[in-house]
Amino acid sequence: MSLIVARAGFQTTIQDLGRIGFRQFGVSSGGALDLHALRIANLLAGNDESAAGLEFTQGNIRFRFGDERVISWCGGDYDVCVGSRSIPLGHSALVLGEDELSVSGPRQGWRGWLAVSGGIVVPPVLGSRSTDLRANFGGLDGRTLRDGDELLLGKQSDFARSLIDLLNERRVSSWSSPAEWSSTAKTKPILRIVRGCDWDRFNASMHHALTSETFSVSPDSDRMGVRLNGPELHRNDDADLVSEAVAPGTVQVPPGGRPILLLGDCQTIGGYPRIAHVITIDLSIAAQLRPGDTVRFQEISLPEGHRLLFEREQELERFRIGLSLRKK
Amino acid sequence: MEITSVGDSALIVRVRDRFEDAPEETLKEVLNLLRRLEDAQVPGIIELAPAYTTVAVFFDPVRVINSAGEPDRVMESLRQKIHEALARGKRKQSKQAAAPAIEIPVCYDPEFALDLDHVADHAGISPNEVVALHSRAHYLVNCLGFTPGFPYLTGLPKKLTTPRRATPRKEILAGSVAIGGTQTGIYPQVSPGGWNVIGRTPLRLFDVQKDPPVLLRLGNRVRFRAITREEFEALKS
Repeated sequence: MSLIVARAGFQTTIQDLGRIGFRQFGVSSGGALDLHALRIANLLAGNDESAAGLEFTQGNIRFRFGDERVISWCGGDYDVCVGSRSIPLGHSALVLGEDELSVSGPRQGWRGWLAVSGGIVVPPVLGSRSTDLRANFGGLDGRTLRDGDELLLGKQSDFARSLIDLLNERRVSSWSSPAEWSSTAKTKPILRIVRGCDWDRFNASMHHALTSETFSVSPDSDRMGVRLNGPELHRNDDADLVSEAVAPGTVQVPPGGRPILLLGDCQTIGGYPRIAHVITIDLSIAAQLRPGDTVRFQEISLPEGHRLLFEREQELERFRIGLSLRKK
Repeated sequence: MEITSVGDSALIVRVRDRFEDAPEETLKEVLNLLRRLEDAQVPGIIELAPAYTTVAVFFDPVRVINSAGEPDRVMESLRQKIHEALARGKRKQSKQAAAPAIEIPVCYDPEFALDLDHVADHAGISPNEVVALHSRAHYLVNCLGFTPGFPYLTGLPKKLTTPRRATPRKEILAGSVAIGGTQTGIYPQVSPGGWNVIGRTPLRLFDVQKDPPVLLRLGNRVRFRAITREEFEALKS
């Protein structure tokens, strides 16, 4: 069965957990800009974590369902409704055939991820169903969704079937994910960073500016990166740098001094100095930065970053187990 | 050799600081490092990506912690594993002759060669001499990146060195062959770009239906062959 995109909105794309193994050819990892949010939404929809879902940016979106499905969404502060019934983020919800799901907002944040039981079925390209908007492949013909697109949904898992039974009466689950996983838009976001490969090319006053001042998100931000306005950061040296790897989370500083925080669709290599890197778990917050928002950075040690990631993974494992016990 | 972290889920192993003075040796070292790391099968390493003077190692910190046992020793553990991989006995060098150069047909027709005159002026030679120099040289793929399948080629005759355009073009068409500084390259897909375009190839540099999806790989030798507009159209179809 399928899902009809009645109203596609500003930038809705098919995304999964991204492409692994093709950076050597210059292919971005891509995928949902908040991989963790998509994993959570997938689990709550009874899917494998790696199933393809939808990433949307801004509201004014409507999807029409062809049959019964479990859905779940995470991300910014949106209103997601089926008719007059509101579906809170981080929950499992049942939609019926002919139901129309509307997404409006956001009041805060910028992006959201919707998982549908069975997952969105498009042919994997280079091992992933993610849409690469820069190179135009993957997802649905390598493009953002348009009004009227019809998306094929996959076969629902036994677990999704049992969730449908459980949700038959109340439609929206009593269970939910931890709020900080599903609701990632923050009023005054602080992103935790570790020192970058080129940290030492900047002097102490630049380090201080990065970690104490407020930056604002520029309108020319996209899935490749968040461009920041604020204090200009300048290097000590002007050596021509050999291009080396960058990754989602890298904060690079072009000659103008305005830092760019790279996101999932970033290039694989770059020749700008990398002053810092946002830790993986805070990429969820970075994915919510909307033009005009402000953001600050806080330095932590690399082992601390690893410990935070490890702890979250352990919590996620407990969440998985808890969820799997929700069977009729 | 230097190992530097790139955030919490990647690191870079750097074999040299620069490549321009010795592109061939640097490439050999990078490829050797890449093979060793591939062979080592270190738990938690999910992807290796070479570029010029480095091999980037992408890893899953959680898997590294699970295998090393301690959340605080991810980098130390990886550093040790990488050093072990490199200390292991040399891989048998296959004695086969170097692979022949891959020939890329290029049409230097004025319609395609937007900046040929500029490159010629900069070098103080005629456009025909630019074409002759460009298509006579031997090149080496020292890096892939920027966009999927974009090959960075070293070996450009010194005379053709041309700085990037001050204002990048918003759109450079697929197949455009261009010069940026001391390197030459080919745009695999329509993209913005600041290099000086001197011709176009009818070949597809990146095709997701193919395995691997790229026409040119790191370490490939490359030569350009000047073709006419008619040949270009014939090869294109």
